[in-house]
Amino acid sequence: MDLSLSTRTVPGAGGDRTVVEVGGEIDVYTAPKLREQLVELVNDGSYHLVVDMEGVDFLDSTGLGVLVGGLKRVRAHEGSLRLVCNQERILKIFRITGLTKVFPIHTSVDEAVNAVD
Amino acid sequence: MATVELRFSAQPEHVRTARLVAAAVARRAGVDEAVLDEVRLAVGEACSRAVGLHRGNGVATPIRVVLTDEEKTFSIEVGDEVPGAGAAGGVPGARAGAPAEAADEADGEDEMGLAVIRGLVDDVEVTAGDDGGTIRMTWPTALAETDADVLS
Repeated sequence: MDLSLSTRTVPGAGGDRTVVEVGGEIDVYTAPKLREQLVELVNDGSYHLVVDMEGVDFLDSTGLGVLVGGLKRVRAHEGSLRLVCNQERILKIFRITGLTKVFPIHTSVDEAVNAVD
Repeated sequence: MATVELRFSAQPEHVRTARLVAAAVARRAGVDEAVLDEVRLAVGEACSRAVGLHRGNGVATPIRVVLTDEEKTFSIEVGDEVPGAGAAGGVPGARAGAPAEAADEADGEDEMGLAVIRGLVDDVEVTAGDDGGTIRMTWPTALAETDADVLS
């Protein structure tokens, strides 16, 4: 399965948030598309991102690398990158790599959009 | 003799095929359903790493994936043909051809890929030689687990 991406702007408690809905498999082949999308958003001035991973079937370290890269970019603009994920198989990868300490992971888009630091 | 052997050209789009094949053969070998996700992820990581090494070093030969169903274990061996690549640090200057920034990024992904493999798989062996590196991962099959139950 290929990667699907869609973005929308949602008003949150701390201002507008850009929600990136990701579906399918994020791997060495598809991760560059996600990277392009995140880079494009930051270049266009969206610094508060919520990546909704509920539709993701597969995530590998290449995908993690892209998310870390996204986080680095938004932080350079004092922004934020929050994840939405309830799938154990995906959460496990964040735990193994210690990235649960790096990314705020939420159980719903609503919760992520309204979260403030 | 290997149960199934797969060779694919070092292109990212073929890594998914390797994952699917490995998961199918693992299932058939009796690897627990709950562990198949780990097999899929681990073999994907090993293949992605090999693809990155081949492409980064201009190696045109294919990546080799050997799936072996032994009596009580199932093992996957992913081999690259980049000299010294399997060892931590690899051969100095092995990536000399790549731009510094790209090499840094690739190195980071290598490490994260290996970290994921080590986190997922209890029995993993990374070797490096003059003719390339190999990652060998082994899982118990359902048969082995049943035997263990009887003994305990």
